[in-house]
Amino acid sequence: MKIAISATGKTTEDSLDKRFGRCEYFQIHDTESEEVKVLENKGQNSSGGAGIEASNQLIDENIDVIITGNLGPNAFELIEKSGIEAYKCENIGISSALEKYKNGELEEIKMSGPAHHGGSH
Amino acid sequence: MNIAVLSGKGGTGKTTVSTNLALSLKANYIDCDVEEPNGFLFLKPNVYTEEKVMVEYPVIDDNKCTACGACVNVCEFNALAKVKDDIILFQKLCHGCGACEIVCKYDAITYDKREIGKIEKGIGRGINCSRGILNISEPMAVPVIRELLKNLSEGINLIDCPPGTSCNVVNALRYADGAILVTEPSEFGLHDLKLAVELVKMYNIPFGIVINKDDRKDNIIKKYCKEENIELIGVIPYGRETAVLYSNGQILYDDVHHKIIFDKLSKGAREVLLWN
Repeated sequence: MKIAISATGKTTEDSLDKRFGRCEYFQIHDTESEEVKVLENKGQNSSGGAGIEASNQLIDENIDVIITGNLGPNAFELIEKSGIEAYKCENIGISSALEKYKNGELEEIKMSGPAHHGGSH
Repeated sequence: MNIAVLSGKGGTGKTTVSTNLALSLKANYIDCDVEEPNGFLFLKPNVYTEEKVMVEYPVIDDNKCTACGACVNVCEFNALAKVKDDIILFQKLCHGCGACEIVCKYDAITYDKREIGKIEKGIGRGINCSRGILNISEPMAVPVIRELLKNLSEGINLIDCPPGTSCNVVNALRYADGAILVTEPSEFGLHDLKLAVELVKMYNIPFGIVINKDDRKDNIIKKYCKEENIELIGVIPYGRETAVLYSNGQILYDDVHHKIIFDKLSKGAREVLLWN
């Protein structure tokens, strides 16, 4: 199973970034092979539709689970339709976030957070 | 002669300067702050025409679409996404560039039009007034601004710009032959004025500064103008009476003291922006 986490850095020492569309990195943890792949989030620098860009990138990686702070309405629609499960987490260390997920302590995101149109110009 | 009135910082008095200068110069007033146009609150024109502003967006024919994803990859604006075997469109993010239609090998994409705002034209206080209005929740103002400014009439046009230095202001400036930068003697006013100056300089058009809420001292804006060799068109002194008239939606130019201030500003603008 592949778990993508929005992160502030490239290692498990770094912490989770609660922003989905505008986070710097996505860490993809493969629970079977135990490999970690780090993606630079392309959505971070897009002028608009950051959440869509970020979702497109993760959908291409065949992710099963996303751990992040919130999903905006556009990202939520895409993630839901792709059959990817999304979980809500605070900005704690990546390893603790994974631990919490394994212990079933994270709440599933069932609806979207507010939209941000700040960078749409 | 098209004169853009901009500011960098919001709330410094762009609309106050544009509406009153328009009356002083008997110029046409154009409100292109389409996200929140407020000049008509003061000039109260009788609107005689209304035109819709339309933008294009792609329509995908599900019978022809193979969900290959070529359109998603080419879209620079993230308006398209691929989910499983389906292409999803985010209409409001589409800039109508046409790239998806070009790359589609299956002729599955055509374009349709939708309304995002309108242009209103009228006459108020004896001058021509026009404005663009962007519909609520629409994220893209530029098509409305372009529509509003593309066929400006002869004579002097005062273009009341949006705040900031975003695409909206950049597009308004494309139509300008000169610019008036309105600011206030505060740190925020100066900070954002510098950004606006940097932007205006890219257009190689004459420009000058108007200080609103001027404290009658040798303040940070006056020092900045001297250091940077930027022309000061004039000032609107800080005063309670100005605020009272403004907050009642009254035209400052109707008041005899303010008439003098704005006539002086229009003379200053003519000198600095070099037209007769």
